[in-house]
Amino acid sequence: MIPAKFDYVRPSTVEEAVSALQQGGDDAKILAGGQSLLPVLRLRLAAPSVVIDLGGIAELRQISEDGDRIAIGAMAPHHDVMRDDLVKQHVTLLSQATATVADPQVRHRGTLGGALAHADPAGDLGAVALALDAEFVIAGSSGTRTVPATEFFVDYFTTAIGEGEILTQVRFPKYTGWSTHYEKFNRTAQAWSMVAVAAALRVEGGSVAEARIGLTNMGTTPIRATGVEQALVGQPATADSVRAAAEHATEGTAAPSDADAAADYREHLAKVLTGRAVLAAAG
Amino acid sequence: MTTTAEPTASELGRARTRKEDARLITGRTRWTDNIALPGMLHIAFVRSTFAHGRIVSIDTSEAKKAPGVFAVYTGEDFDAEQGGLPTAIPVNADDPIPRHVSIAVDTVRFAGEIVAIVVARDAASAKDASELIEVDIDPLDPVLDMEAAQQEGSPIVHPDFGKNKWVTFEFDSAAAGATTGEPADAVIAAAENDPDSVVVKRRWRQQRLIPAFMEPRSTVVDPTGEQIVMYSATQVPHILRTMLGVVLGLPEQKVRVIAPDVGGGFGGKLQICPEEILTLLVARKLGKPAKWTETRSESLVAAHHGRDQIQDITVAAKKDGTITALKMELTADMGAYFGIFTPAVPVLGAFIGPAIYKVPAYSFVCHEIFTNKTPVDAYRGAGRPEVTFAAERIIDELATELGRDPLELREQNWIKHDEFPYTQAGGLTYDSGNYEAATKKAKELFDYDALRREQEERRRNNDPIQLGIGISVFTEMCGLAPSRVLGSLGAGAGGWEHASIRMLATGKVEVVTGSSAHGQGHETAWSQIVADRLGVAFEDIEVLHGDTQIAPKGLDTYGSRSLPVGGTAVVKCADKVIEKAKIIAAHMLEASEDDLEFGSGRFSVKGTEKGVTIQEVAFATFLAHDLPDGVEPSLDAEYTFDPENFSYPHGTHLAAMEVDTETGKVSIRHYVCVDDIGNVVNPLIVEGQVHGGLAQGIAQALFEEANYDEQGTLVNGTFVDYTLPSAADLPSFTTARTETPATSNPLGVKGVGEAGTIASTPAIVNGVIDAVRYLGVEQVEMPCTAQRVWRAIQEAKGRSTQETPIDTHSPGAGLGSIDPNNPQGEVQ
Ligand SMILES: Cc1cc2nc3c(=O)[nH]c(=O)nc-3n(C[C@H](O)[C@H](O)[C@H](O)COP(=O)(O)OP(=O)(O)OC[C@H]3O[C@@H](n4cnc5c(N)ncnc54)[C@H](O)[C@@H]3O)c2cc1C
Repeated sequence: MIPAKFDYVRPSTVEEAVSALQQGGDDAKILAGGQSLLPVLRLRLAAPSVVIDLGGIAELRQISEDGDRIAIGAMAPHHDVMRDDLVKQHVTLLSQATATVADPQVRHRGTLGGALAHADPAGDLGAVALALDAEFVIAGSSGTRTVPATEFFVDYFTTAIGEGEILTQVRFPKYTGWSTHYEKFNRTAQAWSMVAVAAALRVEGGSVAEARIGLTNMGTTPIRATGVEQALVGQPATADSVRAAAEHATEGTAAPSDADAAADYREHLAKVLTGRAVLAAAG
Repeated sequence: MTTTAEPTASELGRARTRKEDARLITGRTRWTDNIALPGMLHIAFVRSTFAHGRIVSIDTSEAKKAPGVFAVYTGEDFDAEQGGLPTAIPVNADDPIPRHVSIAVDTVRFAGEIVAIVVARDAASAKDASELIEVDIDPLDPVLDMEAAQQEGSPIVHPDFGKNKWVTFEFDSAAAGATTGEPADAVIAAAENDPDSVVVKRRWRQQRLIPAFMEPRSTVVDPTGEQIVMYSATQVPHILRTMLGVVLGLPEQKVRVIAPDVGGGFGGKLQICPEEILTLLVARKLGKPAKWTETRSESLVAAHHGRDQIQDITVAAKKDGTITALKMELTADMGAYFGIFTPAVPVLGAFIGPAIYKVPAYSFVCHEIFTNKTPVDAYRGAGRPEVTFAAERIIDELATELGRDPLELREQNWIKHDEFPYTQAGGLTYDSGNYEAATKKAKELFDYDALRREQEERRRNNDPIQLGIGISVFTEMCGLAPSRVLGSLGAGAGGWEHASIRMLATGKVEVVTGSSAHGQGHETAWSQIVADRLGVAFEDIEVLHGDTQIAPKGLDTYGSRSLPVGGTAVVKCADKVIEKAKIIAAHMLEASEDDLEFGSGRFSVKGTEKGVTIQEVAFATFLAHDLPDGVEPSLDAEYTFDPENFSYPHGTHLAAMEVDTETGKVSIRHYVCVDDIGNVVNPLIVEGQVHGGLAQGIAQALFEEANYDEQGTLVNGTFVDYTLPSAADLPSFTTARTETPATSNPLGVKGVGEAGTIASTPAIVNGVIDAVRYLGVEQVEMPCTAQRVWRAIQEAKGRSTQETPIDTHSPGAGLGSIDPNNPQGEVQ
């Protein structure tokens, strides 16, 4: 497990990182927590000539309150995100989903930005970012731009981050007081999702006032289950109405087939798990 | 005369923490890969990506020019020297064994077979250069399916052999004289036409598994001294030494093999590996030390695999539940070549197939098939898990057929405690056991009756989470093996084990054992045995092993043989030390030997206060100033023990399984096992063995499977997709014991290394089936994944689920999502 030779740089500011990336051209790779990149390098499935480690840029690890948003630095490790008080209070769903990622070792190294930039459809955090309308701050040579979640996920392993750009921050609107649950289904306890459902509800007077549902691994990108959301709004969160709404979970999905789960089984799971996620959120 | 020391200080049965652990846990150890010798070169192997094909050309020119490269070789460079890898028990004596080359010369027979060797100054250069080698292979149709392989017109793995079936091994209890009545086939045929009988037939699959030891294989060879020294991460340093002699024609005395600390094996490291042979050949050719360490992916694809059988099982019984015949017909995938025990592994099951039952007619048939896959060999349990699964699954099916409680039906047919010793239909004589006691205890700990009530309740309420109770009352044969039994199988070796004890001048003790531990804790257990026997302090004993120069004699560690065979050798050896010491002690005490007694490390004159400690005797012997005439100035002793019988651990395992009928997800709510492994030397070590064994047996039932695609490529060749369970997937086990001592060895021990693995697989699967049988499900293939259970339920409900075809590479699951056709494209 020896990667091919590469150069290594460890810039201390975002500007330095961007210019190193620009110099490296399409042969350069960003290193965040390395949990996805290093296995790829060690299996020699990729052979960049230069690896740019963002680990030396302290500001990218910060989590802060910014008006009606919680701003999370791209390099904040999963471990920090899931335990952070601001996140727990205002973006509870993210904290819950992050707690299901892998195991403590991976969570200490892997980062929110790395996971989202990697954009594996089986990753747990994309569906949360999509359902909660997060926005992505991306730095390039001509400054920064902000991309909404609906435009961030392009295809599998493909995001709106362009060549020579770095994801620096992910900003979540506050969902203080919302009822949330992340329902994950996997093969072994510490594995990626076969299917998972992120659910956030605002319940008012016993019925659902607003619903945000994101699906993990039901297509090449995270998917928003708008059909389910619409069916839930205005309904009481009872088992029957939730189950009926969950029947819409497969709308607009394109479930993959692999050895763990063929598409028909994934579709079935999406419905069952959506029902469970919503009911668990509603308590 | 054997002095029997009173067991002192209750050293036996004491839950000591392992003396080797502080060193291992803090990393103060040397694994083979940590060894660096002056001038050492590094090896990288290039492996075939085709399962079957003819080598057209291998272009090594670029690799030879690469920086740091010392040499590049292909099969032709070594063909004259490499010989063929050995098979110790060929089972079929009629045919010559197809040659198992270490490096392919003209044909490749499985994906993972070595086709080229790069030798460089460092491991990275070797790896870099290996990527520059161009291997042109003309693919041939691979043989992948065991049944299709036997058909006319199938491609042939070894054309010289002319067919893919190596042998059909047949055993019938009547023909063998183990039972007195009709052959099993006749009894079954008669039962089929008998209104008072039932016949139940089932077909199951033992999926292919990968031993997945923690430390990857690694070998360092130093050819620069008088002896060639091989360090290797092996379970079998002694067998390896002898076999290096046999395979390569080396004089045995010129070879020294060292197994440093070895990080697990589970049978996966009892092989004579192609990589070991080639590392030696390279080192010898270049006259320099050479090292090879495998990557995990290399390990998964090239180290031998385990299990892989189709099982056709038939049981006949009277309507009252009495079993009248049992037939096991197995078809076993051998892979592309024979390893050291390949053809013997499934056949080991022949003897233990009748399991705990009184079977009046028993037949065992095994068809052994070559395919273009990684060779199969021993994996924890080796032959016994397979037949135990068959026996414990079919008894549940019979219980269903007869409408009986499965535990009660077992009891009706099992060997009662007062019927031991019992010669069963496989020809084995079980010396001792008490299935009633273990089962009673297990039922209590499990609260069997309460769980049965809850099961009914959930069924009535149509609970989406259904409960199943899985039972496995197993026995196995441990203590491989009486040499005479091995001889009857045509083995190339016996089954004895050796020990020697050295009494040092200062009264400390060195114990040398031929049983080479690789994680089992022999250093602790053997110290306890010797401390107990000689009455010296546990701390004063050093256990030495794993180096043919230090421990020149031995047959190594596998088949739960260490304690019953190797431990017995240690006991007998200690007794010899005491015998020798007694003569000198008598002289020192000016007493007659007959007046001496030995206990707590002290010889004393009966009825007096006079005595000497064994340490004092050791010092007097060292001085040798005043020994009786003609007495050798040494207390040291050695002993080679050959068992007369196997030992037969047994136990009752009960699993409360929950099945989510909406998703198919299976979880273990409660697992109780009561094992009877005879007397216990160290309960903590036993507990560790049971837990690890359970994890691996449960893994077969629920998690693991090596999958091949239609080209014969292993598709889950990383730990991302070869799903090993972790602690988070397993419940807290409730373990307990009953102790019926073995009568075949002085310690009364039976062996525990494989018990958990053998027992748990059928317990789990029986539990899964029991949970959903009311829906009409009678079978779920292993591993019982959520998807399989869900599909089984759908089918039972009459809903056909058309499994959508699997994309070659679909997103998801981390590395599994990397598209090898577009490796650069996946990460942006
Ligand atoms: C055993 C294991 C189990 C796992 N299980 C799960 C799971 O259950 N659920 C889950 O969601 N994830 C799981 N992961 C993945 C984990 O979340 C990783 O941390 C994540 O995918 C990548 O994050 P990283 O910080 O390690 O990024 P890296 O591996 O360093 O980078 C990943 C990719 O993103 C790019 N990149 C990283 N940061 C940036 C940036 N700021 N700007 C632009 N590009 C960037 C890199 O160039 C690289 O291509 C698992 C990983 C492992 C090893």
